[in-house]
Amino acid sequence: MNRSLTIQLGLVAIVGGLLVLILPSYLGIDRVLQLTLNFAFSVLALSLAFLWGYAGVFSFGQAAFFGVGAYAYAAAAINFGDSTWAVPIAILTPVLLSVLLGYFMFYARLTSIYVAVITLVVTLIIYKFMGQTAKPSYMIGNASLGGYNGIPAIPPLNVPGRIDLWAGPVEMFRIAGGVLLAVYIGLRLLLVSRLGRVLVGMRENELRMELMGFDTRLLKVVAFAISAAIAGLGGVLFANWNAFIDPHVFNLAFAAQPIIWVIIGGLGTLTGPILGTVVLSTLSLELGTQKMLDVNLVLGAIFTIFVLLVPQGIIPSIRAFLENRRAGAANKPGVAHE
Amino acid sequence: MAIALVQILNTIASLALISVGLAIIFGMMKVMNFAHGELLMLGAYSVQTAYSNGVNLWIAMFVIAPIFVGIVGILIELLVIRHLYGRMMDTLLATWGISLFITGLITMIFGNVTQGISTPLGFYEIGGIRDSAYKFLIIGVTVVLFAGIWIVLKKTRMGLIARATMNNPGQVSVLGVNPRVVYTVTFAAGAAISGLAGAVLAPVTGVVPTMGAAYIGKAFITVICGGDAIFAGTAIASVLFGSINQVTTIVSTAEFGEVALLIGALLMLRVLPKGISSLVSNRAV
Repeated sequence: MNRSLTIQLGLVAIVGGLLVLILPSYLGIDRVLQLTLNFAFSVLALSLAFLWGYAGVFSFGQAAFFGVGAYAYAAAAINFGDSTWAVPIAILTPVLLSVLLGYFMFYARLTSIYVAVITLVVTLIIYKFMGQTAKPSYMIGNASLGGYNGIPAIPPLNVPGRIDLWAGPVEMFRIAGGVLLAVYIGLRLLLVSRLGRVLVGMRENELRMELMGFDTRLLKVVAFAISAAIAGLGGVLFANWNAFIDPHVFNLAFAAQPIIWVIIGGLGTLTGPILGTVVLSTLSLELGTQKMLDVNLVLGAIFTIFVLLVPQGIIPSIRAFLENRRAGAANKPGVAHE
Repeated sequence: MAIALVQILNTIASLALISVGLAIIFGMMKVMNFAHGELLMLGAYSVQTAYSNGVNLWIAMFVIAPIFVGIVGILIELLVIRHLYGRMMDTLLATWGISLFITGLITMIFGNVTQGISTPLGFYEIGGIRDSAYKFLIIGVTVVLFAGIWIVLKKTRMGLIARATMNNPGQVSVLGVNPRVVYTVTFAAGAAISGLAGAVLAPVTGVVPTMGAAYIGKAFITVICGGDAIFAGTAIASVLFGSINQVTTIVSTAEFGEVALLIGALLMLRVLPKGISSLVSNRAV
């Protein structure tokens, strides 16, 4: 790890940490809740940004891992009445699912387009299955899955081992913000590690990596599992956000969201997807308040236009623009050349 | 037992019907059309709208719906798909945007409510159990449609040009055929057939802006498990998955039927990653 990265990530941690701590005192409760939701969704966006943008594996199923994480947290927290063990369970359940699914897909050497469709299909299977769990026979311990009505009254996060110290909206804002910062910094560190470099190599040229002796099937499963863990963590935040989870997180419209956030923000970056999440979630919220244009219509149009005209997304386009200007300035007469 | 057989055949036919338009577009053009469900939905809405405005049901179903959705297909191809050939992932994402757009547009026009056409043709009765006779129409339409597509592709000059273009567009254009026109026509044909399928199924499914999402997973899994020989593959996959779905539905519930279909497909792709058509002769289409 070089010094400029250390300084950069240190700054992100300090400035971000300070903002997360002081912002709730200056914002209204509605803004605090909205930003908490944005943080949870940003973690979901980061899970796809890592898997798709750096390991080169496109998955429709991040929303499924997010939802499974949320459901696992809900079921465990209701049964234990305590979030201490619910959080690790909520991360491990999607990881197990991803390893199983990843084994089926990557060890069969399915091409990326098939992986896309299968992850979507698995998401839809879970949607169908969760939808018909309204009968009382579908219980996990004391937690009733509730079909399309979902699970209400999920216990909030508490200090490990202390059920009496639980998180209210302001504490949830700080936890969610802290988790987002930690995931962002963790991914940046992962990407400069050996594993991260190998994954990027696989994205660039899978055959070459294989000829050099790397098992790309295993690498893909590992990347898939890491992304599932991150998505599951996002699901925990989401289940805490309004203490409620229902199967809509598995439907097609929700599964579409992380992909749109990543594409619009910029594939191959980590800040882009966070920006995309905040911008589009805010836009959806604003569009939801008016009756003239349907939300799907606007999102669909924006998305199609981006794929056609700005396929690299916002952040890479801005970077390219800045670099062009710098290059342009360097070529002007009177400026010293190196 | 006879009733169960008709139900199984009906499920197979419905599955084949919702998949065949997608099979044409994916199999021949290698375009992942995620707006496929919305093309079916538009077919259902065109028959619904025409019928409620006094048009004869059968004309609305077999003439208006395919023509209208075919025109929509031409528009999609000219405006979006054309610019993305060879970029499979981008076509998938762009058509997904289109699918959201169409869903939003139809919701704005018709509202997010379920409409419906009462199922025509009345009932038939075997062994004291009554069931809708419309199932026979669905089975019949599917058989005629598959036979028609097979004849067009294998026995006509148009089909020959289409197959040749998919095989080697460069050579075809040297021989004086514009591949772009072939792509547009193929996409329009796939869209028109999807419109017809959506229209034929409309009386049994109900008509709602989000109905496309209910089809898309099943259609994709059928086509992908079918493999390279698009018609033989889609037909065999429909028979296999339709039977799994309906048999499971009869012994448990409809939801489990669909779950069984999807799990069966996952297991099959693990064993045969190239799809079912890797088992049949490579001269099949």
